[in-house]
Amino acid sequence: MRGWDAGEMMAVAAARQLGDGQVCFVGIGLPSQAANLARATHAPHLVLVYESGTIGAKPSRLPLSIGDGELAETADTVVALPEIFNYWLQPGRIDVGFLGAAQVDRFGNLNSTVIGDYDRPQTRLPGAGGAPEIAASCARVLVVLRHSRRSFVDRLDFITSVGHGRGPGDRAALGLRGGGPALVVTDLGLMEPDPERKELVLTHLHPGTSVDQVREATGWDLAVAADLGTTEAPSPEELAALRDLAR
Amino acid sequence: MVTRRPDYLRLPMAEITTLPEAVARLVHDGDTVAMEGFTHLIPFAAGHELARQGRRHLTLVRMTPDIIYDQLIGLGCADKVVFSWAGNPGVGSLHRFRDAVERGWPHPIEIEEHSHAGMVNRYVAGASGLPFAVLRGYRGTGLMDRSPTVAPITCPFTGEVLTAVAALRPDVTVIHAQQADRQGNVALWGITGIQREAVLAARRSLVTVEEVVPALKPRPGSVLLPGWVVDFVAEAPGGSYPSYTHGYSSRDNRFYEEWDAISRDRERFLAWMEENVLG
Repeated sequence: MRGWDAGEMMAVAAARQLGDGQVCFVGIGLPSQAANLARATHAPHLVLVYESGTIGAKPSRLPLSIGDGELAETADTVVALPEIFNYWLQPGRIDVGFLGAAQVDRFGNLNSTVIGDYDRPQTRLPGAGGAPEIAASCARVLVVLRHSRRSFVDRLDFITSVGHGRGPGDRAALGLRGGGPALVVTDLGLMEPDPERKELVLTHLHPGTSVDQVREATGWDLAVAADLGTTEAPSPEELAALRDLAR
Repeated sequence: MVTRRPDYLRLPMAEITTLPEAVARLVHDGDTVAMEGFTHLIPFAAGHELARQGRRHLTLVRMTPDIIYDQLIGLGCADKVVFSWAGNPGVGSLHRFRDAVERGWPHPIEIEEHSHAGMVNRYVAGASGLPFAVLRGYRGTGLMDRSPTVAPITCPFTGEVLTAVAALRPDVTVIHAQQADRQGNVALWGITGIQREAVLAARRSLVTVEEVVPALKPRPGSVLLPGWVVDFVAEAPGGSYPSYTHGYSSRDNRFYEEWDAISRDRERFLAWMEENVLG
């Protein structure tokens, strides 16, 4: 039996994407786990920005909400909400934005609003929150969600956040100045948009998963990179740091 | 030359009163009510007072409806909810909100949703006395088609297409803060969220505080709202529970987790409200 679970693999894979000194817009859940893991391991100078207005927060353990007191107490500065969105996110001061979603499509567009028809929802989800503007304005966006036919869909039930729209050129045409989704991390592997076509391509499998398994869990004909790699398994150091955060 | 003072400068200082009296005098059936506080300082005590006084047909405005609006929606106080993220932070769904939207219980509610950036800018426009605010956002999203309060706008200087969001002007805004003095000057610190804009955008306002003190500790910048822009101040110690008040209390994360089970079932929810809030 391997010594880690799929959630830990996701957090570790996402954390490795964060460079020391980068500025990262963090949501609660796996993004917060990944960002704090990066800060505890290879990126001690990672700047964590939580949408509650806490800039440069340094929590010693994982907060349950984006507005926990420890975030404010350890932050470099705390700003009001109009500032976090207008002065910090909108002008492109954030390097990396993290987003989860209920559904993603082949161009990395995201739905976190509703499953089924908007007016007669099968499942009403929490909605947009900060996601549309994070997707619009961060230099890079990392998308984190579990792989299944329910989440990797051919057509979104609702477009909450724009990824690469309907393909090349769409972001520029919509006036979205950030780079859009650069990577999708799931429990099975990693996907990146093709530089030309902007469609997601499977680039890495996590240890113990197969191409068939990924394609079976994807609601469209997923492209696979010619030089498909394998994600390095979580190291004992990464796992220890991650578990220490969740204690 | 005599400069005419604007009307608001003639208003008296905030009136210090009890929470039941403030709610009775400020909040009426059919009002548009904003109760703000972004994770921190959520005005639960005031929300519960609204519930006890049986307010109906409210339009409830809040970026993150949180448990406070889940409770009011489940009790049938709301006809409409205006929001940007309706979940239980770190836990999952707001089950009373979902039951109302998905199954119309206890009655169908209308929703109007935005992004967080859209909501904050709507409050900024309201506080600024402008009909709308401008931001980069919404373009290409389904939100653009779902709300009458968002529209594209062309920059008159560059020709760039941006997004306009309509000003929010609540009838009443309710917030919670750490302290006020006897003139109603409000000291609020920590995560300040959207509270200042929400009060300035509103026609009337109520601030509940942990304590009314004879004099606030003099610290430049510590008064978020001077007493002459606040209508009522009421003491409500612990009034943000189960959220928290920086310097006074901690967030009860366990209660947020327990609410998931309490709120999942209609009968259990009603029994809990009866026992803990209404009774």
